[in-house]
Amino acid sequence: MRWQKIKSIFKKEFVSYFNSPIAYIFIGVFLVVSMWLFFQDFFLLGQASIRSYLSLLPWIFLFLTPAITMRLWSEEKRSGTIEILLTLPIKDSEVVMGKFLSSLAFLAVNLLLSLTLPITVAILGSLDLGPVIGGYLGALFLGAAYLSLGLYISSLTRNQIVAFLLAVVASFILFIIGSSMVVDSVSLWLAKILSFIGLGSHFANIAKGVLDSRDIIYYITFILFFLFLNTKALSTRHWK
Amino acid sequence: MIKIKHLTKKYDDLAAVDDISLEINEGEILGFLGPNGAGKTTTMKILTGFMAPTKGTIEFDDLDIVEDSIKIREKIGYLPENNPLYEDMKVYEYLAFIGRVRGMDRSTLLKRMKEMIELAGLKNVIKQPIIELSKGYRQRVGIAQAMLHDPEILILDEPTSGLDPNQIVEIRSLIKKLGEKKTVILCSHIMQEVQATCDRVIIIADGKIVGQGTPQELTASATGNDSMYVKIKGDADKILEEVGKLDNVVEIVKADKESEDVRGYKLSIMSGSDIREELFKLAITNNWSILESKKEAVSLEDVFRKLTKN
Repeated sequence: MRWQKIKSIFKKEFVSYFNSPIAYIFIGVFLVVSMWLFFQDFFLLGQASIRSYLSLLPWIFLFLTPAITMRLWSEEKRSGTIEILLTLPIKDSEVVMGKFLSSLAFLAVNLLLSLTLPITVAILGSLDLGPVIGGYLGALFLGAAYLSLGLYISSLTRNQIVAFLLAVVASFILFIIGSSMVVDSVSLWLAKILSFIGLGSHFANIAKGVLDSRDIIYYITFILFFLFLNTKALSTRHWK
Repeated sequence: MIKIKHLTKKYDDLAAVDDISLEINEGEILGFLGPNGAGKTTTMKILTGFMAPTKGTIEFDDLDIVEDSIKIREKIGYLPENNPLYEDMKVYEYLAFIGRVRGMDRSTLLKRMKEMIELAGLKNVIKQPIIELSKGYRQRVGIAQAMLHDPEILILDEPTSGLDPNQIVEIRSLIKKLGEKKTVILCSHIMQEVQATCDRVIIIADGKIVGQGTPQELTASATGNDSMYVKIKGDADKILEEVGKLDNVVEIVKADKESEDVRGYKLSIMSGSDIREELFKLAITNNWSILESKKEAVSLEDVFRKLTKN
């Protein structure tokens, strides 16, 4: 993969988020919803902690990330621009990487703007920075995993709405199979596997401030797996 | 320059392209002519590396279409069917994006963009979002995109579809101009277009090549008879009888009627023969007046219809 090629795709996709009003609406909705959900009982509890916010993030991401990725491939397919894009001298994997990184950058912008929340809390009381950094790092990894999944699903359809809904469902399933609700109700050996596969259990670790290399490796493997599937899905056009 | 050998593409069991072999020479404008669904677009998609062939090979000089896809794509400029564009981008953004993916450095890109904007007449719209452009301008953006990196080979799939007559003439002359230096492959189902622009024509139907040659060769080989139209003043039955007796006349039929004794007739005559003089003499002896007479050239349209009908 050549960085210069990836960068050209990245730049185009990243700018195109902000070319339409959707990006701004999107950021607005994300911030308003997450802040409101957090602050509605923040003053009742009276604790200088963003723990409840971090535990909300996976659920907000469930709808946020599919909305970021839904159009990335489906729109190319619907409008036919995929034929321009994939006949340029660039490898499929480079395009996939460029698109993925642009969606990740857009998510990072959202997270960056939401830093106002821990800053506010830090002003109001003494905030323990460890869990905040861990939480945001975890959120970025979790978000990246959702994005790679959503991007892959977008490559399977020419309809944005279908891509969105399928990605929500797929992300939801992959998230809850690692949650305690599912894990506690199955036999032990299955529980081990599920909690390893599930996206959520790894997030819980990082959000607690525990940075375990196993979780990081898990997320990176997950992301690379779906980026690989995405490249494969594109090459189906070469099928004989 | 480009060698296509036994190219076959099957969708499930349906062969969209069925064992096509041909060579495309450097610097020619090659027309791909065929009815809708004949396999033109599929062939173009394989040529540009968008799809792989089921069977057969394509070689660009000594590069293979599957093995060296990226290298070949660098040489090709492509305007796909229906001219898809990133509609949310502005014209200059779009061209800059294409240039960057093609790996052009900043100064070359700026220089080429200026040239393309000049060539395609995009000066007034470069800052407009593509979605706001008229069809003619969109088509020019598509062509500018295909030409941006100064490709050796230009592949244009239905470049004039949806344009008004003035725009069509403009685009055609643009293609002609480009064809002086480049190899151009032009797909079309419009006969006049191919006749007006191409050095050589390939006619395909149902995925097979059914005819090829220069437009002149194709029209010459298409039919054994020439056809002719005459308008004569005189008794219709007598004319039909007498003219039908002439040596080189194969058939004469009534074509149109101006008044009771002034009619147009369609003559089918032996190819290469000239009956005008005999006809004139015949008219004098019978006291008819020839009001109009013209030889009707067989158009590529007739060839096309004949070759693609079955």
